[in-house]
Amino acid sequence: MSQQVSVRIDGELCTAAEGQTIYEVAQANGRSIPALCHMEGLSSAGACRLCLVEVAGIGRLLPACTTPVNTGMSVTTESENLAHHRVMALELLFVERNHICSVCVSNGHCELQALAQKLGVTHVRYPYNYPRLSVDTSHPRFVLDHNRCILCSRCVRVCDEIEGAHVWDIAARGINSMLVSDLDRPWGESENCTSCGKCVQACPTGALVEKGRAVEEMTKRNVVVTTLAAKRDAHP
Amino acid sequence: MRTIVIDPVTRIEGHAKITIRLDEDGKVADTAFHVTQVRGFEAFTEGRPFYEMPAITARICGICPISHLLASVKACDAIMSVRIPPTAAMLRELLHCGQITQSHALSFFHLSSPDMLLGFDSDPARRNVVGVIEDHPALAKDGVTLRKFGQQVIESLAKERIHPSWTVPGGVNAPLDRAVRDRILAGLPEAKAIALRTLSFYKGVVDQFSDEIANFGTTPSMYAGLVDDGGNLQLYDGGLRFVDAAGKVVVDRMAAEDYQQFIGEATIPTSYLKAPYFKPLGFPGGVYRVGPLARLNVADRCGTPLADAEFDEFHQRFGAPAESSFHFHYARLVEIIYALERMETLLNDPAILDRHVRATAGVNALEGVGMAEAPRGVLIHHYKVNEDGAIVWVNLIVATGHNNLAISRGVDQVARRYVDGGKFKEGMLNRVSAVVRCYDPCLSCSTHAADQFPLDIQLVNPAGEMVDRIRT
Repeated sequence: MSQQVSVRIDGELCTAAEGQTIYEVAQANGRSIPALCHMEGLSSAGACRLCLVEVAGIGRLLPACTTPVNTGMSVTTESENLAHHRVMALELLFVERNHICSVCVSNGHCELQALAQKLGVTHVRYPYNYPRLSVDTSHPRFVLDHNRCILCSRCVRVCDEIEGAHVWDIAARGINSMLVSDLDRPWGESENCTSCGKCVQACPTGALVEKGRAVEEMTKRNVVVTTLAAKRDAHP
Repeated sequence: MRTIVIDPVTRIEGHAKITIRLDEDGKVADTAFHVTQVRGFEAFTEGRPFYEMPAITARICGICPISHLLASVKACDAIMSVRIPPTAAMLRELLHCGQITQSHALSFFHLSSPDMLLGFDSDPARRNVVGVIEDHPALAKDGVTLRKFGQQVIESLAKERIHPSWTVPGGVNAPLDRAVRDRILAGLPEAKAIALRTLSFYKGVVDQFSDEIANFGTTPSMYAGLVDDGGNLQLYDGGLRFVDAAGKVVVDRMAAEDYQQFIGEATIPTSYLKAPYFKPLGFPGGVYRVGPLARLNVADRCGTPLADAEFDEFHQRFGAPAESSFHFHYARLVEIIYALERMETLLNDPAILDRHVRATAGVNALEGVGMAEAPRGVLIHHYKVNEDGAIVWVNLIVATGHNNLAISRGVDQVARRYVDGGKFKEGMLNRVSAVVRCYDPCLSCSTHAADQFPLDIQLVNPAGEMVDRIRT
């Protein structure tokens, strides 16, 4: 049995198990911290920067999904400063690539879009990047559209940790980062891909989608991933 | 030589400029109709999965997105090589009838009626839909009601009035609810009464415009429009029929995929709008017109009783083919009646409620052409894809494109009649704009651009210096 630690989340005293992340403890205590790269059942990546929280005594914001709790820690999950940073993080996601909601197959079913609406992103204050990005249609059943990818790496983790195929990786650095399959071969030529579709179900946006879904038709079932992960934990 | 530039032309959808060049004697030397914006849909859709094309190309236009949706889904049907369920075809046609009704109502009541009701030479500050509301409140209300009905048909079928996602490659993505059918049926009698009342009113006043009728695009041209196997007017399906200036059928029931045999596309240096022409006659001789007037000129009948009675009267009064482009307005009103009657027929067919409304398939052909009658005329979407379904090539021929050469000729004719010397007379210049407006051109579509604009007219002398300018 792991050791118990006591932390304050938004002033409320909470008991947690050692090793739990701030995100997990906050969620267990009824707090909802926004996140796009976090997914129940997968390891944490700290990629999207939406779950940033304030920790007393630390001069910078920390990602809740990758920061473990310590005894005596005092965490703030909602503040003006955090709201400002979260909106900014979303705006930067929108400007980085080409997110055209109105003609997206995931319009109305997109976690990025839903979070932007929830957090009140009505305008984007920064100039758009408009990168020229490709669409990989080589897989017989699925499509990868880099224009809509936010590099959350859920697909990388679900393929590696749940399916065990490890088709996906993030190649390059910084603004040049790009999701690649089988060390940068077209997805349709991947020898490792089992065509299970978990990456598609885990993807929060319209980046990984089922082929043939018209605009607004791509609904994701990420509960599939969460359920599978729970079952595997139960039968290791 | 001096040049008069009408830039931009108002109360049309999109952005255009007319240049009238005068010779040393102040007579019209030549005229040019320019479309001054470019949008580039054909280029930036390359690489997209083909089944995203309906949603993307629908954004070409906010007035008639349904037309682009339909031409696009038909091109996608062809790439999938599927025969869509009959009910899906009925539902698409029903949606299209809603679109024709709202778009024609917009063109007639909101954009064109100010000229006709308030006078071509009336105060430009009042010669707009607000002026119509003040002087002819009942007619204005009818216009709003009719357009609303059309929009509500679209909304109730497709969930959204503009850019809905209901029409998909292979059919539509949801069957029709009985309650929706009943609601549309309940609204039809009022819509029909308005359409008939408006046409009756128009028939009473049309003779006042004998001067405009005689000078608005009466240059002979061919006409093109869709007809069914029986030669009846078609808006959603059918083959393309070309008739010559005398009304003789030249090409009948051309299949969409054969369009390149009969339609050539010329580019004009001063305009972003391509100029399609009838290939066998070459460029620029192969001028043809499309749209409501052309459709009534190519069809043997409408195929619905009330519209057929109006069709007969129309041709009795103005001949077959009716030549003046001024009659686009009349034809539009006949077509509203046709669209409303078609809605009634479709909705009263029990098959309209069938639940099987979508066929599915992947890429079975590397090329697909879709053709439908947009409110402004025949619309062609032509896509090529790779084996994975990614778009590799796109060609769009929109209604206003087909009419490009005819509009240029019409403008020239009106300019020769109404422009004399370098004097600016608002009524005269408005007629030049009004001849363009007959075609209800959707220039935003045709260059695949949308903008709002005041009237800007420039008079330029032979040295290229602007010597006068009128702005509203």
